[in-house]
Amino acid sequence: SDPVEDPSFGGILGEMALAFDEFGRPFIILREQDQKTRLRGLDAQKANIAAGKAVARILRTSLGPKGMDKILQSPDGEVTITNDGATILEQMDVDNQIAKLMVELSRSQDYEIGDGTTGVVVMAGSLLEQAQKLLERGIHPIRVAEGYELASRVAFDHLEHIAHKYEFSATDVESLVQTCMTTLSSKIVNRCKRSLAEIAVKAVLAVADLERKDVNLDLIKVEGKVGGKLEDTELIYGIIVDKDMSHPQMPKQIEDAKIAILTCPFEPPKPKTKHKVDIDTVEKFQTLRGQEQKYFDDMVQKCKDVGATLVICQWGFDDEANHLLMHRNLPAVRWVGGVELELIAIATGGRIVPRFQELTPEKLGKAGLVREKAFGTTKDRMIYIEHCANSRAVTIFIRGGNKMMIEETKRSLHDALCVARNLIRNNSIVYGGGSAEISCSIAVEAAADKYPGVEQYAVRAFADALDAIPMALAENSGLQPIETLSAVKSQQIKENNSCCGIDCNDVGTNDMREQNVFETLIGKQQQILLATQVVKMILKIDDVISPSEY
Amino acid sequence: MSNWKILNIDVDVDSLTRIRHLPFFISSFALMAERLFKDEATEEKGERARMASFIGAMAIADLVKTTLGPKGMDKILQSTGRGHVVTVTNDGATILKSLHIDNPAAKVLVDISKVQDDEVGDGTTSVVVLAGELLREAEKLVNAKIHPMTIISGYRMAAECARDALLEKVVDNKLDAEKFKADLMKIAMTTLSSKILSQDKEHFATLAVDAVMRLKGSTNLESIQIIKKPGGELKDSFLDEGFILDKKIGVGQPKRIENAKILVANTAMDTDKVKIYGARVRVDSMAKVAEIEVAEKEKMREKVQKIINHGINCFVNRQLIYNFPEELFADAGVLAIEHADFDGIERLGLVTGGEIASTFDNPESVKLGHCKLIEEIMIGEDRLIHFSGVEMGQACTIVLRGASPHMLDEAERSLHDALCVLSQTVNDSRVLLGGGWPEMVMAKAVDELARKTPGKRSHAIEAFSRALIAIPTTIADNAGLDSAELVSQLRAEHHKEGSTAGIDVISGSVGDMAERGISEAFKVKQAVLLSATEAAEMILRVDEIITCAPRRREDHM
Repeated sequence: SDPVEDPSFGGILGEMALAFDEFGRPFIILREQDQKTRLRGLDAQKANIAAGKAVARILRTSLGPKGMDKILQSPDGEVTITNDGATILEQMDVDNQIAKLMVELSRSQDYEIGDGTTGVVVMAGSLLEQAQKLLERGIHPIRVAEGYELASRVAFDHLEHIAHKYEFSATDVESLVQTCMTTLSSKIVNRCKRSLAEIAVKAVLAVADLERKDVNLDLIKVEGKVGGKLEDTELIYGIIVDKDMSHPQMPKQIEDAKIAILTCPFEPPKPKTKHKVDIDTVEKFQTLRGQEQKYFDDMVQKCKDVGATLVICQWGFDDEANHLLMHRNLPAVRWVGGVELELIAIATGGRIVPRFQELTPEKLGKAGLVREKAFGTTKDRMIYIEHCANSRAVTIFIRGGNKMMIEETKRSLHDALCVARNLIRNNSIVYGGGSAEISCSIAVEAAADKYPGVEQYAVRAFADALDAIPMALAENSGLQPIETLSAVKSQQIKENNSCCGIDCNDVGTNDMREQNVFETLIGKQQQILLATQVVKMILKIDDVISPSEY
Repeated sequence: MSNWKILNIDVDVDSLTRIRHLPFFISSFALMAERLFKDEATEEKGERARMASFIGAMAIADLVKTTLGPKGMDKILQSTGRGHVVTVTNDGATILKSLHIDNPAAKVLVDISKVQDDEVGDGTTSVVVLAGELLREAEKLVNAKIHPMTIISGYRMAAECARDALLEKVVDNKLDAEKFKADLMKIAMTTLSSKILSQDKEHFATLAVDAVMRLKGSTNLESIQIIKKPGGELKDSFLDEGFILDKKIGVGQPKRIENAKILVANTAMDTDKVKIYGARVRVDSMAKVAEIEVAEKEKMREKVQKIINHGINCFVNRQLIYNFPEELFADAGVLAIEHADFDGIERLGLVTGGEIASTFDNPESVKLGHCKLIEEIMIGEDRLIHFSGVEMGQACTIVLRGASPHMLDEAERSLHDALCVLSQTVNDSRVLLGGGWPEMVMAKAVDELARKTPGKRSHAIEAFSRALIAIPTTIADNAGLDSAELVSQLRAEHHKEGSTAGIDVISGSVGDMAERGISEAFKVKQAVLLSATEAAEMILRVDEIITCAPRRREDHM
């Protein structure tokens, strides 16, 4: 129907609504209102839906194990190649307000769960698409939003119903590895998904607190260095610092190191209050010189006294201090970043010491082996700190053919780490390959009939929207989408088996239990909740005011 | 040095400009009703995105293709910066590094060539050419309606199989020192034969092998110093076992010292500042200024005395030495060298076995460097300081001589390639034959795999083998030979088990590579194979290119 005649949408479209006073002069309601364009009512909703769909359409082809990558070129010409939804959206530099909402959506999924960032956007896009059909039939957007809310709750509960508990222990990690492999299989690194998944699981278990069921991912450092093969990626129970020894002739390997972790520079102190030292006689000049030398000597002596065999410092050293350290046989690393310093402190069980006076033997960190390692033909060197007193901090060291590959591997590993963490927090899983969505869709469809009002249509639309994910999976894998989906759906109902999904890898079975394709329950639930929330928000907007183009 | 452009105009440049305009012409199709991106941002989808990246990557590969092999041609690169600096090179990494490229897929190729350079030092052109050929084959397959993912899985299988085929054929002479050295010589000669040094490759191969053997397994090429001095001819280049410092000896100091004791230092020898924060000199009369000046001088004198007390007769400092201390050193008969750069200092420390000192209070525990003889030598017109009879034999210096700076630069790059390859080979001593032999071996194995593999993947595997054969084809083409004839002969030859046939570019026929002594390092070939496959895979997976609006330049620029 034409919204101009439809009183429920009110107002005149296209032109700015003007109010007049009794003399016929217009009131100015918005500042500089003639410079702004305004979309109202159904038009606003349609435009918003179109924008949301456009974003979802970009990500749709990246879904699943056969999903394609995108090349993103930043304003400075830097190239990123990825199929991680959150990264694509982050770097796309969108201008449209609604598109920005979708970007936020994927980002919050990333923060909360870390995986499924593509799926959540595709889901939201398909919800919007269904909503548009309902709007065209004259259903009020608020009713659609309410219907979606009801449906999402049904789907949420249904997921819990079909979820399985997956038992694992510190020794039996096979199930964790399998889940991480599902995540990694959609990335470019799927060539070595098994080894990377194992690395991710080992890393998470190393830092996990299984009693409290919590994992602090900050303790896992992911470092990358261009060169070598992806297969050379390794997990190091310790820390790697991209620095070298401050003096080229210091020993390259220290066993049973006692580490002093300092945040004060090896320089004469700089009091924070303003001061001046005036030199007006020769004596003063000489005492000051003596003082200065004593400072350096004292500093090195302090470190020696407490028994340190390695100094790691956040700041730089003076040449003189550097030589003194070398001279007193005390290897040192300078310019180590704050975050790394913290990790080193955690790993070695040491304390970060802000002042030389506070150095005590108890505050030293301990590591079994510290070594410097060189790479390739360039003079890149890194310092490995291994066999630490407290192995609760680990490093994943990625090697790969080029920078883009390393960056993409970092992102993929981040996803895998998040998945492993989520499983430790909550060991419920649902089966992947679109099976959970299909199962939810069936449940929501069945529930729809119970609602007497207009909501029934919205709930049914929600069920249709859920089908979009398996549909996209099938499409990306080169299968006939509609045919495959309907076959799987009928199989689920016939066999009452919620584990049937899309056979993306052409394995020959579509029982996801046999294919070992899992996703975490909380990840899936979060996807549905977040997507519904954003769609509700978009549907409630009926007025878009933006500065018009010059 | 960042903005360069290619000067020699051929077809490749045309295709480069074409890529540059492609996004704009496509963007007019891609614009949707709803504006999603910022102004000037572009989006390419599906087939078009794939086309753009294929064309870009192939254009880059074609660009460097003509430099491949012993008869490859050079390129002139002219910078757009001030002075229009000209570089003449046929080193793939150098060419690609200098190009200004917009196409993202092309950037991937530039990137892999750079990594190849960093990791193994040679094969920078081969890796790009192979990746380009893989994509060229992939384009045909995509046009034949084979899904990119299927192609990728085929390529992966093929790459794995090719690597195994090479592994089967490698020769490892690590245990036999004689043979190993001969291998190194062969590798060095093969690497150098495609470079400007090919005329004197034997000479330079000996230089490089000698230099690398001295490293004793370390890959730290920093201890090999290369000094370029224009003048003379390439043949006059030599390897010096000692160490040469491109610096002058201070005035009035001895020009020749035997049994030198050297103190290598990094300390301020101008005015030693008071480092306590906030200190400043404040006086109320001229007399006091003079007093403090005297005190300062006294301090310097003390420092110099401390240094001399180490019992040295040569002092090398990284920082400046002012006239005053220099004079003091001269008085004490100590040779003082100022302003040696950091690498020089580090190397000198390494060679002479001394430590780099910054404080001088404990002369008994500072390790001094030793060498038999320090003297001033002349190379061409320049006077340099030569340290000979050094304790540690690791470091050495190669002095390059040549007609022009351009020539020397290129010679340095070529030598660097050879040194890199050799130092990698010392660690991984597996060796293969050269001259297109490894490619044919791989192609044969991959072909067999294709025949055994059912399904669409076999097409991709077959294509992989075609891409491999493209490398000997290019080598022959560049040498002006009949590539179709030669390669088919080669293939027939390789049908026999254990063939050692390859393309002999010099005589223009198929020849026995083992006899001709053409060898390549396994590590280089493996890196070429794996990174080219990885890059091709990366580009194939892309189905959309989103280009952000370029960052606006500030007005004053």
